[in-house]
Amino acid sequence: MPNSKMGGHYSQAYDAELQQAVDRLMQMASLVQQQLSDALSAFASGDIALAQQVKDFDRKVNDFEVDIDEHCLDILARRQPAATDLRLVLAVLKSINDVERIGDMAKRIAKALLKNTTEGRPDDTQLHELTSMAAKAQLMLQRALDAFKNMDAEAALHVLHEDKAIDEDYDRIIQHSLNSMMNDAQQIGVSLQVSNVAKALERVGDHSRNICQHAIFLARGRNVAYLSDDELTQIVTKKP
Amino acid sequence: MTNTAPVKIRAKDVKVFYGDNEALHGISMDVYQNEVISFIGPSGCGKSTFLRCMNRMNDTIENCRVTGSIALDGRDVYEPSLDVVQLRAQVGMVFQKPNPFPKSIYENIAYGPRLHGLAERKADLDDIVESSLRRAGLWNEVKDRLDQPGTGLSGGQQQRLCIARSIAVSPEVILMDEPCSALDPIATSIIEELIDELKQNFTIVIVTHNMQQAARVSDRTAFFHLGNLIEIGNTNDVFTNPQQKRTEDYITGRYG
Repeated sequence: MPNSKMGGHYSQAYDAELQQAVDRLMQMASLVQQQLSDALSAFASGDIALAQQVKDFDRKVNDFEVDIDEHCLDILARRQPAATDLRLVLAVLKSINDVERIGDMAKRIAKALLKNTTEGRPDDTQLHELTSMAAKAQLMLQRALDAFKNMDAEAALHVLHEDKAIDEDYDRIIQHSLNSMMNDAQQIGVSLQVSNVAKALERVGDHSRNICQHAIFLARGRNVAYLSDDELTQIVTKKP
Repeated sequence: MTNTAPVKIRAKDVKVFYGDNEALHGISMDVYQNEVISFIGPSGCGKSTFLRCMNRMNDTIENCRVTGSIALDGRDVYEPSLDVVQLRAQVGMVFQKPNPFPKSIYENIAYGPRLHGLAERKADLDDIVESSLRRAGLWNEVKDRLDQPGTGLSGGQQQRLCIARSIAVSPEVILMDEPCSALDPIATSIIEELIDELKQNFTIVIVTHNMQQAARVSDRTAFFHLGNLIEIGNTNDVFTNPQQKRTEDYITGRYG
């Protein structure tokens, strides 16, 4: 569905170009979401073939990134966008960077499995903790993308705070990993593997947070990257 | 916005009528000293009409009536005792189409200072001609042919000649009504660069249909629509995050 905030130009081709920038970002993001979900399943089930696929997927994501980059450059050069249109192009350019990095995180999770084939597998508790953290990170990413697509600053602000729960999960998993390493040196390899996956998921949360900030910039015209929660809330709740 | 510069022009509730038709519906704004402020808006929005109030160019239009007040350095320019010729020396104007006098380049510049008695001797006049042409960035191109007709110059040069002509009488404010719309992009860039230099010494108000030009040259931008001032703010803010939907629609090319 075309977003009404993107449409309405005298030039319908311009409407379509802006819409396309967002559509392609969303396509790239869903590709990366699939990559992340595959990486997590591969890790959970020890599926080496799937992990290898995730690694090789990278090229496709990179192609998307270059393509969106060029599309945005085209819009800047030919349309000289202003106001919301300009912010949209900038927000898309910033967001593809974060989406691409989430793809890197998926790759890191796949590699965690591929590298350590001799050190045994995480136990059920560890896998359960990671699965629960992964579900939160994936949901947050989905909601961040929705907020961006809908240019919804309020939703973005809400999603942005979900990062805290992910950080808490991360701290807990690291603590458990440390404990298990101290209790049993045999566990060091597996625990490091678990820690690496948790770290990657924690970064997914951070990049989702960035996407929320880009959505707020897009909707409200303010750069909120380094603001406190209170300042953020004030900007978002103040009507434009 | 916070601006510590002194107010050069203060307009209060300015209305302009052409006969019974109210073309401007009560405009109030301050123009600060040494700023470049641009007026943008669709044709017929009143931006040129408002510009022309500032040096009473509307006086020349029959049936045109102005109410409210426009003060230059605190003095109302519509005060009956005010000398309009003197006002127009203080508040110069550059028009859309370059309009050099059908005289030599030298005479184009010398005419105003001579009229206002700014030069006693020929040498003084020569100085004014040279410095005005230099400030308008035209001296090097014309110094060897000052006696040739101004109309023989290229469009961009003619427009700079007109700017030099307005500078020659030492104005405080220069009004520019679409100064580049008849010029090619290079001549336009030269004029825009000139505007940037001129603001050291003058206050500049520019009406333009070219929004990128407003974005490039002005410190503040005012958006007019149907005889109303819709929004005025720092140019950066107006072009990245306008506060009014009508401004947004206009600068992004949308139908409101």
